[in-house]
Amino acid sequence: MEFFLNRYRNLTVLLLAILAQLVLLAYQVKSNQDVRLIRVWAVTAVTPMARVIETGRGGLSHFFSDYFVLLDAREENKRMKKELDRIQMDNQYLRAELSTADRARSLAIFQAHSPSKTIAAHIIGNTTSSGARVVLVDRGSNSGIENGTAVINPDGIVGKVIRVYATASWVLLVTDPTFAAGVISQKNRVHGTLKGQGNSTVIINDVQNEQKVEQGEWFYTSGDDRIFPKGLPAGEATVVRAGKTHKEIYVTPSGFQNGLEEVLIVLEGVHVSIPDGPGGNQPVRLLAPPPPEGDPAAASTPAQSGLSTDADRLIERYRKIGDAQKHVYGGRGSVAPNYNLTLEQPANP
Amino acid sequence: MSEFSQEFNEPSQKTRISKFNIAAIVGIPLAAILFQVYVPRFIPYLRFLELPLLVTVYFALMRRSPMAGVLFGAGIGLAQDSLSNSYLGMFGIVKTLVGYFAASVSQRFDVENSVVRLVLGFFFFFFHQFFYWVLSRALLGEALDFEPQQTMVVAVLNAAVAVPLYHILDKLKVTGQFV
Repeated sequence: MEFFLNRYRNLTVLLLAILAQLVLLAYQVKSNQDVRLIRVWAVTAVTPMARVIETGRGGLSHFFSDYFVLLDAREENKRMKKELDRIQMDNQYLRAELSTADRARSLAIFQAHSPSKTIAAHIIGNTTSSGARVVLVDRGSNSGIENGTAVINPDGIVGKVIRVYATASWVLLVTDPTFAAGVISQKNRVHGTLKGQGNSTVIINDVQNEQKVEQGEWFYTSGDDRIFPKGLPAGEATVVRAGKTHKEIYVTPSGFQNGLEEVLIVLEGVHVSIPDGPGGNQPVRLLAPPPPEGDPAAASTPAQSGLSTDADRLIERYRKIGDAQKHVYGGRGSVAPNYNLTLEQPANP
Repeated sequence: MSEFSQEFNEPSQKTRISKFNIAAIVGIPLAAILFQVYVPRFIPYLRFLELPLLVTVYFALMRRSPMAGVLFGAGIGLAQDSLSNSYLGMFGIVKTLVGYFAASVSQRFDVENSVVRLVLGFFFFFFHQFFYWVLSRALLGEALDFEPQQTMVVAVLNAAVAVPLYHILDKLKVTGQFV
């Protein structure tokens, strides 16, 4: 035996190492709900480092975007003030606001208006597994996160929490091949199961060929899976075709349309009804603030700013024609003004 | 040409074992794993790089000891497992085998040669991906996709990265003694 171990020492070590890991693997497969201590140590050790790097990167990018970009925007804004009138300025302001809309503020607004109780989280890392679509967020059990909670953003569903540590959690994205969620179509109310494929699109399973689903139709969470509250947008059907027994429906997930930086983790989900209106994706936009009180530019053009319909413009035209012919509307004994006159023509009584 | 083929056909009687500073042995694998966790988040096309594997192969080749290769592979693999969402031991087992075979191969070839390193980098990446897929199906019952052509392309890219990476890591060697 000793001779054998000496002669095949390397092979023996290899077999022992693999055997030990196989036992470890088998033990985990049996009880995969438990969190292993080595993982807790590893994640707890890495999370502060990842958070420091993320904070540094975020601070640097905010510095450049907030300082230099806004500095340029201010100078450009001053130049535009000299060239454009009030309406053009408002349009420019709105365009600039839309292009530089702060995602975090949008998220906060969505969070405030959402009936579900949610908590915001930053994505701070990826998994090392090949093929898996899993990200690490900076919220864990200390923030009240539990396994199996839904992760969303204003554009739609993002994934679900699969492992929780004290200061971080793993989130399985909707594009992961092992992800599944119950969904319902917006128009025809067809139930199905949304599944990830490992790429940028997801598929809807369990929809019979006889059921009607249209291309471009939106899918919302149905609440059947007891993870996602009902009524959250899941995505838009880009390809719908008949299969052997079930339809093949490919959906572009709406939650990834504007990138993944911050997400909301649903602590207490509330079901809402599925909207009937077109398009499930209604991104939150921040409107420009109202003009300040006493602004001479705003005060001098109250009529122009109110002329939003054809009827308003017609009333304004008749008022000017009446003024030009010194006609008092509603006055006794006066003849009706000539409405065919153009405003440039002098009145001819 | 003849010198090159001699190196392939006739294993040298003397093999050189490289030694590394303990900081390099711990720091390089850790940096490789953290690179894989963090960098692809900002540069997605770097997702193809399997730096922990390349580092495992390098240390196993340089130490030329199958036992050391097994320990390197198991250590780096388990560390990678602990930061993945998969079960502990999946990367551990695969990298243990890679470390063992890489160290065994190093006793027969001149692993300082860039062409040999390129070929070994390609081979061990393909072996790593294939064996991970086999383990996932056999032990966990996961129906993962394995595309040989795509894996070969990625293996070529990893091998191309491995050659300059190994040259850089060569600078960190403390000694290279003949035994």
